[in-house]
Amino acid sequence: MNTLKVLNIISEQDPEIFDRIDTRRKAMHAFTGLGKKIALISAPFMLGTVLNKAYGQAPTSSVIDVLNFALTLEYLEYEFYLQATNSAGLIPAGAATSAITTIRNHELAHVNFLKTAITGAGGTPVGKPNFDFSGGNGTGTGPFAAAFSNYQLFLAVAQTLEDTGVRAYKGQAGNLINSDDVLEAALNIHSVEARHASHVRQMRKANNFGDVKPWITGKDTGGIGALVQANYDGEELTTQADINIINIGGKNISANAASESFDEPLTTAQVLALVDAFIV
Amino acid sequence: MTLTKSQGQIQNEFDTQQKALGRRKFLRNTGAALTAGALVSMMACDKDDNNDNVGVNFGTGDFAILNFAYALEQLEAAFYTQVIATPYTGMSASETSLLTDIRDHEIAHREFFKAALGTNAIQALEVDFSTVDFNIRDSVLKTAKAFEDLGVSAYNGAGRYLASVDYLLLAGKIVSVEARHAAYIRDLLSNGSFADGSVIDANGLEMSRKPRAVLSIAAPYIKTQLNASSLPA
Repeated sequence: MNTLKVLNIISEQDPEIFDRIDTRRKAMHAFTGLGKKIALISAPFMLGTVLNKAYGQAPTSSVIDVLNFALTLEYLEYEFYLQATNSAGLIPAGAATSAITTIRNHELAHVNFLKTAITGAGGTPVGKPNFDFSGGNGTGTGPFAAAFSNYQLFLAVAQTLEDTGVRAYKGQAGNLINSDDVLEAALNIHSVEARHASHVRQMRKANNFGDVKPWITGKDTGGIGALVQANYDGEELTTQADINIINIGGKNISANAASESFDEPLTTAQVLALVDAFIV
Repeated sequence: MTLTKSQGQIQNEFDTQQKALGRRKFLRNTGAALTAGALVSMMACDKDDNNDNVGVNFGTGDFAILNFAYALEQLEAAFYTQVIATPYTGMSASETSLLTDIRDHEIAHREFFKAALGTNAIQALEVDFSTVDFNIRDSVLKTAKAFEDLGVSAYNGAGRYLASVDYLLLAGKIVSVEARHAAYIRDLLSNGSFADGSVIDANGLEMSRKPRAVLSIAAPYIKTQLNASSLPA
């Protein structure tokens, strides 16, 4: 945890970042065009190069800090799924193993993408923290200690990690608003995490592990309970930009539907507090 | 053994990339063809100043992007309204319940944009679902999949054009819900296809589409003539 800085707004550290990027916009477009001609695998490097171009030098720490924050979360997710797929007898063979493997591979791809992007931008990727997936802050005896032997508990943690990941990326979007290419890459990861969340929720429903839908209703944990309530608090909003969504425009929109139609963000500090028990 | 395995992995990665590139090329060509068709009237307009206003104009700046999203939400809301009004043969109770949820989400999105845009909002669009057989599950769900995947790629691609942090966050709040829909619809069609290689690349990133490219794909389902000239190409 000490390796992480608590980040808030990029401009606090680098008020001119947005101007700098604007003046270099032409260069960024040139590089974006070039990037399209290069194999997919080069994309993270190109992103880093574009960042460098935007600054005319290695960017100051703030954009890289956002990327390192994302990298830490991706390490967490990847290591969780890696340990799960390595735990014999945990995940049923067939569709379930296939789905979790797909998700694990995406998280690994995200780790590698972010590391390469950070390095390409002249930054240093944070190292992989030591994790305690029991949620015991290093004791190994936290409330989720059985997550790699109890399938129901495993899927409960998976759902919580995915839903929280969606909220975490969403919370960084504003920090990246004037760093277009990084913003778009973050959005491209954000929607993948939402697809994961949807599928894991369907897996829990199919196994009768919880009365849960692919989307988040109110601030309902889907039967997981108080242990993860903080991960869902704030999702119950039914007002957006001062507009009441319930029965909006004279249409019959329930409070449940109103809350489901918008996913809510979490700040960096909120996310770090939520994952604190998992990071030694 | 290790070496052989590595070579196999490299070959697999190469094959995956080739497929992705082939698909990308196909999409690009298809997109170009569609764009050419959809924008014919616009190109003609360029030669005649009097016709610059032909078609629904999206406005400028953030309003253009929000109207673009409003247009897509109108399309989706109209589609799911029809899906629930005339359920396909064999729609299960669970499908009825969750497709009704999606209908309500899309209506909420549509009405939200309408209210947020106020006098800057584009008009109500007339849709054309004549190519969809609402009695047939496969026809409905494949169309739903196309709309949801398109919607996610649209929001992913449009975020960079928003100047307002507030609007960007609102778009972010909506796109993840669309992605949840997309994954669910895909799993209904084929369980496990929630995030397959047709929408996610080798870096684990979902695709983006530029606003005009999105409208070109949506155009066959929208009867009202649109003028995309103020939207990013």
